[in-house]
Amino acid sequence: MSAAPATLTWFARHELTLAWRELIAMLTGGSRARGVGLAIFVGIGVVVLHLLAYGVVARWAAGGVQSDTQSLVMLTGTGMLFWTVMLSQALEAVTRVYYGRSDLDLILSSPASSRRLFAVRTGAVALTGVAFTGLLASPLINMLALFDGLRWLAAYGVIIAMGAVSTALSVGITMLLFRLVGPRQTRFISQIVAAIIGAGFVIGIQAAAILYYGDFSRFSLFQSQAIVDAAPGIDSPFWLPARAAMGDMQSLLVMLVIGGGALALAIAVSASSYGRLAISAAGLNHIASQRRPSRRTFRQASPRHVLRVKEWRLLQRDPWLLSQTLMQILYLVPPGLLLWMNFGDVAGAFVVAVPVLVMAAGQLAGGLAWLAISGEDAHDLVVTAPVSPRTVLVAKIEAVLIVIAVVMAPLLVLMALSSPRMALVTAFCATLSAGSATAIQLWFRVVARRSMFRRRQVASRAATLCEAFASIMWAGTGALLAAGSWLALAPAMVAVCVVGLARLISPRRR
Amino acid sequence: MTTPALAISSLAKSFDRPVVTDLDLTIKAGEFYALLGPNGAGKTTILRMVAGLLQPDAGGIAIFGTDALRDPVAAKRVTAWVSDEPMVYDRLTPLEYLAFVAGLWQIEGHLAETRANDLVDWLGLRPHANELCGGFSKGMLQKVALAGALVHDPRLIILDEPLTGLDAGSARQVKDVLLGKVRDGVTVIMTTHILEVAERMAERIGVINQGRLIAEGTLAELRSRIGRESSLEDIFLDLVSDAA
Repeated sequence: MSAAPATLTWFARHELTLAWRELIAMLTGGSRARGVGLAIFVGIGVVVLHLLAYGVVARWAAGGVQSDTQSLVMLTGTGMLFWTVMLSQALEAVTRVYYGRSDLDLILSSPASSRRLFAVRTGAVALTGVAFTGLLASPLINMLALFDGLRWLAAYGVIIAMGAVSTALSVGITMLLFRLVGPRQTRFISQIVAAIIGAGFVIGIQAAAILYYGDFSRFSLFQSQAIVDAAPGIDSPFWLPARAAMGDMQSLLVMLVIGGGALALAIAVSASSYGRLAISAAGLNHIASQRRPSRRTFRQASPRHVLRVKEWRLLQRDPWLLSQTLMQILYLVPPGLLLWMNFGDVAGAFVVAVPVLVMAAGQLAGGLAWLAISGEDAHDLVVTAPVSPRTVLVAKIEAVLIVIAVVMAPLLVLMALSSPRMALVTAFCATLSAGSATAIQLWFRVVARRSMFRRRQVASRAATLCEAFASIMWAGTGALLAAGSWLALAPAMVAVCVVGLARLISPRRR
Repeated sequence: MTTPALAISSLAKSFDRPVVTDLDLTIKAGEFYALLGPNGAGKTTILRMVAGLLQPDAGGIAIFGTDALRDPVAAKRVTAWVSDEPMVYDRLTPLEYLAFVAGLWQIEGHLAETRANDLVDWLGLRPHANELCGGFSKGMLQKVALAGALVHDPRLIILDEPLTGLDAGSARQVKDVLLGKVRDGVTVIMTTHILEVAERMAERIGVINQGRLIAEGTLAELRSRIGRESSLEDIFLDLVSDAA
């Protein structure tokens, strides 16, 4: 039986239908063969991730995990890592509930209740966060359940509670920002907050590990005696999530009540103002955003320069780019700190810092290259201009690589002060990593609007996978070069093969 | 004989079916030419091939004597393209957009600035010249796109449904600008579904149906072809139904 129109169930069914169709389109691209291929790939991925998880937890779980302070610290710390990422994603998603347009104009102009729509969309944010984190954590949870009893399956319940709490908090933060700074600044600030929350905890514990233990691993902090000694007593409510994850049903129930209650409260309090705030956010499109005219605007320059400047200007003014790149840049803080801590000491720090920088360069370049090369809003204009396609592409590639160079330069200088050789290795591998990512985006380029940036993976999962894999391999090359090993040639050759494969399967080639 | 602004010969393009078939079309320099046809007739495909946005399967395109397929950059130097969906950067101001276009066409800085400011005034964009285009209405975006097409002083302007979605005032402004350009010797090719516009503005009209040019001439020539005094709308419907 179908639900009555405009009710909560009706909206939920509508949203679910759209989300499902989008997911299927994203995964299969309308091709059954692609769907089958993806299913096989995912199957292999699940097995590999479970094997990796086995390596991580097997020894710990073998003797049975006890509810001692050490285990509780480890579990709570790991849970915090997942939760901060969840909160960061929820904050960005909730902002989109207010600022994303698509069908919002249609629904808000209808007599249907905007409160119900808000409730459904906020619920969807929580559900998406839970599904994503659940998938991410499932190998660890499943392996713990396998080796230390089914009680560990309760961790999925903790993830549900964490998803609800993070969504409720995100709604609260967004509402607070609307009240404090208004719709114009809320999107901007919430992106910064989301990036800082997402990266902040990881960076914080890595920084603490580096400062106190000279070690890059976040787990060394969780295992340290100082932290265990300073931790609250074993009966403290602070350990509620950890105890719930370990199968304590009473703690799990409390967690679920807290999560569900917080989410219900956030929806109940915020739903009434949703329509008004979403409309005020939509109104931003009609508010003039004044820019000070520059004397240099009409300065004579080559088409390449003109194109580069245009790309930089658009990157700088992109309202969503900040959250996409800020986190990647923030992740450069720990290696920077590690370098600073090891200044004058050429010890093993570089083995860790080099690959992180190389990986970051590749990932940043991939995103920016998509925006510059594929995300061309005035495609017709650029194509009909008396500039060769080659010049246009060269200018766009230059625009991307110069941005990467500017971001990387301070860290490379810092590195060069300590070890010029390591700086050279990093610069070399980062250039290859950024170059590979850019080349892959170039071969897989499509005609798209910049606003499609978040869905760029949809255009080609092959490109996304090749880009990520090439970056990882160049990072491996950097790490082994930093360690002075000739084995560096192995990942380098794999990276070259990945790039070659991308070229071979790219639509441009075909 | 002077070189035609546009000479299309045996042009063909197929997607999953033939869209343009063996098309020959010549447009004189300084002419205002309207290309009419029912939906899906192939008008936009023809114009996109002329503008260099689509590669023809066969045939030739010459713009002021330059082979647009062999030397696209030279052909583009004198051509401007305006589509029905104005493609303007949300995060640039009209003046920044015009500076960008002028840069692509390598217009000298001072001249570009003067022209851009003239166009901004001419099209009534002055109060919004330093605002980001993201908040503009369709009409304003179309004016910015048109200003972009004019800032490099093209000899051939190709417009695909440029009046779609414009209010009466904006449409009048755009029409005045185009007529002014034709008076200055610029060639304009335009597709439109508003037959009154073609009737009042175009010197010659071409009717396309199923990828073929089924009739061409001045309004008087088209009238004489169907043998009675009637509006362009009647002529168009007659021609299209005959061809079907």
